[in-house]
Amino acid sequence: MVSRKEIRLSGSGGQGLILGGIILAEAAILDGNNAVQSQSYGPEARGGASKAEVIVSSKAIDYPKVEKADVLLALTQIAYNKYINTLDSNGILIIDSTIEHDHNRNIHKVIQAPILSIASNKVGRAMVANIVAIGLIQQLTNVVTKNSLETAVLNRVPKGTEKLNKSALLEGYQLAKNKYYLEAASV
Amino acid sequence: MNKRQIKLMQGNEACVEGALAAGIKFYAGYPITPSTEIAELCAEKLPQVGGKFIQMEDEIAGIAATIGGSLTGLKSMTATSGPGFSLKQENIGYAALAEIPCVIVNVQRAGPSTGLPTAPSQGDIMQAKWGTHGDHPVIALSPTSVRETYDLTIKAFNFSEKYRTPVILLLDEIIGHMREKVEIPNSDEIEIIDRLKPSVEDADEYMAYKPKKGELVPPMAAFGEGFNFHVTGLMHDDFGFPTNDANISDQLLRRIMKKIDNNVNDITMYEEEFMEDAEFLVLAYGGTYRSARSAVKKARLLGYKVGLFKALTIWPFPEKRIREISNKIKKILVPEMNLGQYVLEVERVVKNESEVHHLGKVNGEAITPEEILSKIREVL
Repeated sequence: MVSRKEIRLSGSGGQGLILGGIILAEAAILDGNNAVQSQSYGPEARGGASKAEVIVSSKAIDYPKVEKADVLLALTQIAYNKYINTLDSNGILIIDSTIEHDHNRNIHKVIQAPILSIASNKVGRAMVANIVAIGLIQQLTNVVTKNSLETAVLNRVPKGTEKLNKSALLEGYQLAKNKYYLEAASV
Repeated sequence: MNKRQIKLMQGNEACVEGALAAGIKFYAGYPITPSTEIAELCAEKLPQVGGKFIQMEDEIAGIAATIGGSLTGLKSMTATSGPGFSLKQENIGYAALAEIPCVIVNVQRAGPSTGLPTAPSQGDIMQAKWGTHGDHPVIALSPTSVRETYDLTIKAFNFSEKYRTPVILLLDEIIGHMREKVEIPNSDEIEIIDRLKPSVEDADEYMAYKPKKGELVPPMAAFGEGFNFHVTGLMHDDFGFPTNDANISDQLLRRIMKKIDNNVNDITMYEEEFMEDAEFLVLAYGGTYRSARSAVKKARLLGYKVGLFKALTIWPFPEKRIREISNKIKKILVPEMNLGQYVLEVERVVKNESEVHHLGKVNGEAITPEEILSKIREVL
């Protein structure tokens, strides 16, 4: 049983967040749950603010959009500033290390991790930051199982990039083990 | 029975899968957000089933070619959004009068004009009925989920073939772009309707616009099969040749209207929930229905006796049922992503039997369950 979990992935257009959302939703379905994925983006193909949303539940999902996010991922400062107020008071905030976090905000759990730099420098391709991020989300929330997530990643990434994406996913898992926590529970 | 396929699928993708299940063989169009995935997937999939995809030079050519495709006997579809839907209006009227079956998908985005290209809206409800000039028959359907998009696309083809008329499938950006879990029915669970064709023996005296006695829909021959007939947007006789005759014109228009008016029960689809003890009704359609259902469930938990009506067929309006409901339920709320369109139809039908309220939103964002709930509280 998964009660309704609302996940918002935000950043800039071109970072693959919509694909990240699709993969999380597909993994949830492989687990036997219901999932809805939606997105909003501007008319431009790259840049601009982009967000993808995923809702996972073992019950029927009526309203397909996030109302109060249980998980908010922000990969850019603009996305952080824009969506930070939509995080539920018991939610988890996951932000890239490049983001300046407002410590005065009363947020239940904040994880700041070098998602973009791990993708560029360790995995070797900036474009796999989305996969690093969903690996991290899996470890922090268990909203989908590792098995299903791996299957979904391999189903949805372009042919020939399977190995690259698999290693991005493993780096994402690894990030959760490191102590990048800025603040622990303040509640 | 085979096990049904379970997939994560986008609304626009389900539209294409539904069209393929219905037997689409021709697509012509001009890509426009938020309908583009429909064109992309048709380009990919139609050649695999022996069909044809053509990207035309503009929106008008898109529907013109779709109509032409249908005249050759192929099930044909085009897809667009607001600005393109405006451009297609003249030819929608042409297809209605010339009785050419085809499916026009409009994935609604916020207008007017180019408006907000990536944002949802339900602003084309009245345009679907009155967008082309003159009295004309209209069937318009609007799904509330990815699965319903699959089902209603098949229905759209079936109605267009059965009644020899264009059918409008009104998606909105919410439904067109969202992905969700769907169970795809097996082919043996799907009803497919093909247009009635004349028999070969009738080729010599074939009249493309003369229905058989007691019927309203004339059999339709395909160009290239040896039947001669004329197609025009002018009023025409049984052979399809233009006429100025008052009687013939009157009979023709009245007959094509009757194809729909006499079959409202077949075409009108709706669902009701939480109605037994309801004292208040929320009537919704398309993407907004999802918010309405969530709001109604919350209202029920708070003890409000709220019922829910889902209109799947937008046109013809489910007149008879709404009138019945208004004898019992004295307050009706219509939330929609426009400044008051479908609500006008509800007001027209219930007259003063019920108090009708409207919740409109046009900023390019979905109406939230919270907004509907607070309106319910305000009105009750």
